[in-house]
Amino acid sequence: MDFPILSVITFLPGVVGLALLAFPEDKKELIRWTSLIAAIVCMVLSIIVYFSYDIELGGYQFEDRFDWIPAVGISYIVAVDGLSLPMVLLTGIVMVTGVLISWGIEDRPREFFALLFFLAMGVWGVFVAQDMFTLFFFYEVAVFPMYLMIAMWGWKKTREYAAMKLTLFLVVGSLFALIGALAMYSASGLGTFDMFIIQEQAEFTREFQITWFPFVFIGFIVLAGMFPFHNWSPVGHVAAPTAVSMFHAGVLMKLGAYAALRVGVVLLPEGAKFWLPYVVVLAFVNVVYGSLIAMTRKDLKYMIGYSSVSHMGLVVLGIATMNEIGLTGAGLQMFSHGAMTALFFSCIGMVYDRAHTRMIPELGGVMKKLPMVGVAFIIGGLVSMGMPLFSGFVAELPIFMGAWRAGVQGPDFIANYYAWIAIISALAIVITAAYIIRAVSAVFFGPIPEKIEHELTPIRWQDRTAIVILLVSLLALGFYPAWMDTVIKTGVDSVMAVLGA
Amino acid sequence: MDFTTFEAAHFLAILPEIVLIAVAALVMFMDVVQKGESRRMMGYVTAIGLMAAMFIGIGFSLPMGDPKLLFGGTIRHDMLGFVFRMMFLVAGAITALITMDVKGLGKRGDFYAVLIAAVIGMNFMAIASDLIMLYLAIETTSISAYALTGFLLNSDRSAESGLKYFLFGAVTSTVMLFGFSLLYGFTGHTNLYGIAEALGAGNVPFVTLIGIAVMILVGIGFKISAFPFHFWTPDVYEGAPTPITAFVSTASKTAGFIVLIRVFIIALSTNSGVAGWLPLMMAIAAVTTTIGNLVALAQTNIKRLLAYSSIAHAGYTLMAFVAFESQPEQSVSAATFYLMTYIATNLLAFAIIIVFARAAGSDEIKDYAGMSRRSPYLAHMMLVAFLSLAGIPPLAGFLGKFFIFKVVVDAGLYWLAIVGAINALVALYYYLIVMKVVYVDPAPEGASKISITRPYQIAMVALTISVIVLGTAATPWYNWAIAGASSLF
Repeated sequence: MDFPILSVITFLPGVVGLALLAFPEDKKELIRWTSLIAAIVCMVLSIIVYFSYDIELGGYQFEDRFDWIPAVGISYIVAVDGLSLPMVLLTGIVMVTGVLISWGIEDRPREFFALLFFLAMGVWGVFVAQDMFTLFFFYEVAVFPMYLMIAMWGWKKTREYAAMKLTLFLVVGSLFALIGALAMYSASGLGTFDMFIIQEQAEFTREFQITWFPFVFIGFIVLAGMFPFHNWSPVGHVAAPTAVSMFHAGVLMKLGAYAALRVGVVLLPEGAKFWLPYVVVLAFVNVVYGSLIAMTRKDLKYMIGYSSVSHMGLVVLGIATMNEIGLTGAGLQMFSHGAMTALFFSCIGMVYDRAHTRMIPELGGVMKKLPMVGVAFIIGGLVSMGMPLFSGFVAELPIFMGAWRAGVQGPDFIANYYAWIAIISALAIVITAAYIIRAVSAVFFGPIPEKIEHELTPIRWQDRTAIVILLVSLLALGFYPAWMDTVIKTGVDSVMAVLGA
Repeated sequence: MDFTTFEAAHFLAILPEIVLIAVAALVMFMDVVQKGESRRMMGYVTAIGLMAAMFIGIGFSLPMGDPKLLFGGTIRHDMLGFVFRMMFLVAGAITALITMDVKGLGKRGDFYAVLIAAVIGMNFMAIASDLIMLYLAIETTSISAYALTGFLLNSDRSAESGLKYFLFGAVTSTVMLFGFSLLYGFTGHTNLYGIAEALGAGNVPFVTLIGIAVMILVGIGFKISAFPFHFWTPDVYEGAPTPITAFVSTASKTAGFIVLIRVFIIALSTNSGVAGWLPLMMAIAAVTTTIGNLVALAQTNIKRLLAYSSIAHAGYTLMAFVAFESQPEQSVSAATFYLMTYIATNLLAFAIIIVFARAAGSDEIKDYAGMSRRSPYLAHMMLVAFLSLAGIPPLAGFLGKFFIFKVVVDAGLYWLAIVGAINALVALYYYLIVMKVVYVDPAPEGASKISITRPYQIAMVALTISVIVLGTAATPWYNWAIAGASSLF
């Protein structure tokens, strides 16, 4: 048997998390270094998986399975395809940078890092799971560390409210998705949760698919922050400690979009064809509304939080186009947005840790004191606006093209307006540019307010390393998208095969 | 089969219970001869005795082949009863361990002896297949439980809750007994299978049958604290000594369910009967879960909170039960597995409450503030228990709920699954609020570390491991539950 690399990536964080809990509480440096080394190991493993995936072959690879609870057809199955692979890699990147950024946590670091690893286990588990039960199992494993981390280390003013709101939204979504998945299990009559088998053999009637698709799709897409189920997301970003914001925006929101695609669209294609045109409208609202709200925010974290809502709207829009180019764009956008938002939140975290404020009017001239943070934020901004040569462009252009081309589906009152949806969504980029440029000029240039002048101490090597890792992955995708584009295409092909186009 | 043909096999079937009588005698003897600190050793003796009975049971009393009716048809030696007996023995052993350092109980030999008596009663509830035997077993358990609840004579709360438990119990038990007698009167049988046959002939009018079902449901509903027979639960749970709260909320409730399963599925599930009481039972399941969870939201005392949560959990188990018409085996096995996970989890929660109350002298949720700084591992174990109660993986409660949702959806009861989902959300809220107090709120000034004595360490570590194992490596346990369920039909 081959080395079960995906299982190792998934369970190593869990083992490390448990091991960390056994450390003595006051050995803080030891805890940090152990976490960092473990995170690096996971990242290296995810890079290895990424680059040893056989693009020619496509499909699902590195499969690893055993019968978990055979009496009810539950198996543990992990495998990756072109769509989940970039997400596995992204999780590795965010994990390492998250550990680096959290170096300064002094209150109960043992618990913090242990929970971070449990969270990582859940996230990796969802991206590689190919059995509905396994997927739900990991999906909910990812929930409780989020609650505790936000409630324990978050921003004192809103953390309890935000943590609870986030948790309840996620859990109610996942429970409805679970009922949908159980209905599929029951109606398929195959007695298995194995998604490969269900995808190939289940013959769901059209009525069944149309009834249950909303349960599954909306249940999961809540986590992607889709309008009108989005408002837990910015609140959660704001309250969360930096590393958790990075995880939340960077990876967790992708979890929702990915699971909605994998379980919803792929297993219930007829339902998807019926409902997704309506989803296009919601995603469109997401894109425009998210960026408009971001425009009005004075708190940097709120601004990026709403910008995430807007960008995730593009991901959902890409999925909802149901054509090859749109889906490819969605896949690229998931990676690009993940790395970009992680970068944004780490920069904001660094500024906030020093200046103790995130309000745009109270900041200024940060560039002079923290040049690296400034440069990173500006590059993040350029990605966010979709400038050519940056990964945002690579990802967003296909989504707009996909949306334009998709205008054959759905009822007339939507189908006739796809071109307009594409145009207006593209115009939302102008709004993005406006708030990013405004924030950059106000925060990083101009005079330094007296209050924060002496607070802005230089950043640590850990922070620099984190910034470099995120910048490298963003720029690599921007300058040479082919290394990811081709991988995602193989995943999109299998989705398109199911959708029958 | 009659009383004159006793065979060795008959006694092997009830060997664990015979061992238990010996253990109870041993504890009573120790109560007389032991002096001073070593009196608390009786707790260990009880726990080891109960575990020994369990292993003896696995060694000698494991039902082989087809289920058999023994002792003139009064007990049914089958896998389902066996699984439940093992659950009661474990729950009893843990209860003995977590009693050992409770003031006023830990050194009382009579307490342990009554506890063992209650376990014996429950074991017979699990295997009784005759109304007379069943009622005897129920009363053995109940009377022991009343005594245990009111055991702290110098505490008004304990005495009050003992009396309350007794009054409610006596009334509901009488109604149930009346139901039993009607059943006998109409069918001429006390054996459950005989009754089923007689009812199957269709000679009993529909309305009478429903009336009988409702009367029996009153007694069982009290045991499992289902709506509308749940009103005693919070008061009794709050006032009783905490180890007994743990015992009553887990073992006693589980015993109620095995009676429910036997009486309703074997005896009363004739076609017309099911049509009458199953919708009622579905409504009770939905309302019980909802009421339990909604009222739990408002609680400030942790024992009352867990009391209402235990009502909600009874509702969940009922949800699995009501799916039995189309999914008989899956339904019973889901309920059995849920009870396993619930016993492990709830005992863990109560063990933590006892340890904490010993240190802080309080059961108020607000006093749990800062517990994670005072004793990180105790807090982590509490997290395990509460997340399992909330149904979060990789813990036992998640799988338990998953199987229930699965069987409910398989039976096509989508509305019930949605009720269950919304309830899971409500429950998560109040469990998380408690965990927030434990982890986030600052500890009071001068709060000390919490010391955990040896028996509690053993119990809590064992339970924490079981909660995790039941939630991950669940296959052997679930297969047990399935073997039990299939032995019923």
